[in-house]
Amino acid sequence: MGSARLFGGLVALNVALVVIGHAIAPATRAAPAPDAVTIGLVFDVGGRDDKSFNDAAWRGLEWARRDFGVELLVIEPSDGADREAALRQLAARGVDLVIGVGFIFSADLEKLARRFPTVAFAGVDFSPSEGVAVPVNLAGLRFREHEGSFVVGAIAGLTTRTKVVGFVGGMKIPLIRKFEAGYIAGVRHVCPDCRVKSAYAGTEPKAFADPMLGQELAGAQFDDGADIIYHASGKTGAGVLAAAEARHKLAIGVDSDQFHEAPCCVLTSMIKRVDVAVHQVVADVVAGRFRGGLRELGLAEDGVGFVADDHNRRLLPPAVVARARALAAEVVAGTIVVPSQ
Amino acid sequence: MTPSGVDRGGDGARFAELRAAAVALLAAMAAGSLLIILAGASPLEVWRTLVARTFGDAYGAGQVVFRATPLVLTGLAVAVPLRAGLFNIGAEGQMIAAAMCCAVVGAALPAATPALLALPVAMAAAAVAGGAVGAATGALRAYRGAHEVIVAILLNAIIAGVALWLGNQWLFVGEATRTASVVEGARFAELGITGSSASSSVVVALVAAAAVGWLQTRSTIGFRWRMIGGGPDAALAAGISVARDRVSAMAAAGALAGLAGAHFVLGHKHAFEEGLGRGVGFLGVAVALLAQGRAAAIVVSAVLFAALSQGGLGVAELVPKELVDVLQAVVVLVAAATLGRTTSVGGGAR
Repeated sequence: MGSARLFGGLVALNVALVVIGHAIAPATRAAPAPDAVTIGLVFDVGGRDDKSFNDAAWRGLEWARRDFGVELLVIEPSDGADREAALRQLAARGVDLVIGVGFIFSADLEKLARRFPTVAFAGVDFSPSEGVAVPVNLAGLRFREHEGSFVVGAIAGLTTRTKVVGFVGGMKIPLIRKFEAGYIAGVRHVCPDCRVKSAYAGTEPKAFADPMLGQELAGAQFDDGADIIYHASGKTGAGVLAAAEARHKLAIGVDSDQFHEAPCCVLTSMIKRVDVAVHQVVADVVAGRFRGGLRELGLAEDGVGFVADDHNRRLLPPAVVARARALAAEVVAGTIVVPSQ
Repeated sequence: MTPSGVDRGGDGARFAELRAAAVALLAAMAAGSLLIILAGASPLEVWRTLVARTFGDAYGAGQVVFRATPLVLTGLAVAVPLRAGLFNIGAEGQMIAAAMCCAVVGAALPAATPALLALPVAMAAAAVAGGAVGAATGALRAYRGAHEVIVAILLNAIIAGVALWLGNQWLFVGEATRTASVVEGARFAELGITGSSASSSVVVALVAAAAVGWLQTRSTIGFRWRMIGGGPDAALAAGISVARDRVSAMAAAGALAGLAGAHFVLGHKHAFEEGLGRGVGFLGVAVALLAQGRAAAIVVSAVLFAALSQGGLGVAELVPKELVDVLQAVVVLVAAATLGRTTSVGGGAR
């Protein structure tokens, strides 16, 4: 049935596609200068365009590229099994710094840092294994999210009319518990008789990438009387913001400034300066002063904070902003100690 | 590990199969090129990078070996029941249950346990756990008439949930979603191919393939599996216990999938963690179908799929990740469509 012709036709089709495709493809990037510093980064679940955590890391990289002209190699693993393989591929190709974005990379980073002692590694939200020293070529970047969450919790406590506020977490892990604990402490600090409703999207990483569930959880809390919900749930939070928009209630964004995701309803955002941390560690590598070990960034280091600008002024009165700033100063000064669990 | 003597077709049939495989690859490649063009990249550059990052250097080749190792095992775990007229979609769950048991046993051993004892014990834990899940699936089919596909799909979900719950409740250490590490003795050595993850567990996979090849063609149990796969009524009339051998086929499959779990725990992560080996059980179905269930061909088929996934990661900087996923699916689809015409796999009347 003319299978020789089918075969020949397929070969010709392939050749044609490759030739045409090559001709019309935009010119490939010029080969990097051989002495350029190369930075490799692997994204977390949720990936690029989560308008939150991963995007903050990406901004830090772009910022570093503008400042130092570094070459970037970015990989978005398509599933869990590829996370380690992606880090390993970058390390094996000899990039100068390999960054893993997310706590989920911690164990892999520790192992690979020992396996590739000449490559510098950095982990955002790194969580060290107990009882083992962090390798000298691995920088663990951590944030005191509970401090920033405390301040936005206070903002929520000062703004709520129903005296009920909500919290939606992504994956139920100690890291996200830090957000919840700080937030609850902040709400209670300014409004002792306020109630906080908490819900988590799940116990596996996809809990950070489930906007439908986020919308359901937030909807249930709004129905129960909450008028403000803070989320710490990556892409799942898109559903929380959508629920606030649909019900004309308020939401508090996380990691990046999420005002533009729902301009009617984002009261403020607890920003976690992943971009600052990433930029810093790239700067260290470029300047040849990279050191391993754990680094913690909190309110004092501008590693966390909240948004009060022209965009959300309509929602956030100056008196509330002033009170929030005063509380932040107290946390920095150590007169308020924010619980982390 | 010779190709089966029983089901060897004539040279003409063999040639038709090879030609069908070539057509499948060419058609998949054309579809892939089209997608790459749509994504705004050059097919030439993407294909070149894909080959260069897999077989082009020792590291890439090592990663292909590493990825092929569990695929051989889950491919076998699908192929064995296929001959007996059963479809094992449960390799994923069998592998997860086995990995969990393997990690717990491997971590509970005394720290000084020598490798000669620790490795076999941890591997046996994996094979027994996977085998038990497989046997349960087979028994529900054999004695209760519950369809093994439905049972396995449900078991996959149950096992994934239970493993995560056990972990979160008791077994995960620190802030991470992974269990305690297995003792030094219970670890497969890395082969040391320029930083790749390939470990000596590849030997386990090759031995398993050889053993399955032998079982299928030279042993009486292999003959009985073929009998019940070919026609259960005829097998029953010939005095074969169809029910018992359905259970044994599924138990063997579960044990093989369990060894894939052992590969991840003992040969790579040295612990159980959330998401470990995800998808490898399902990919085993594609591996087995492309290889038409033959043990030797499964090794080749596993290498092909391993190269695709490793190559996919290699081109991740050039094209969006969704495109790589689609490309893999296109290969499976086209391969299934063209190969399906030449031979029917398994051929089990129920």
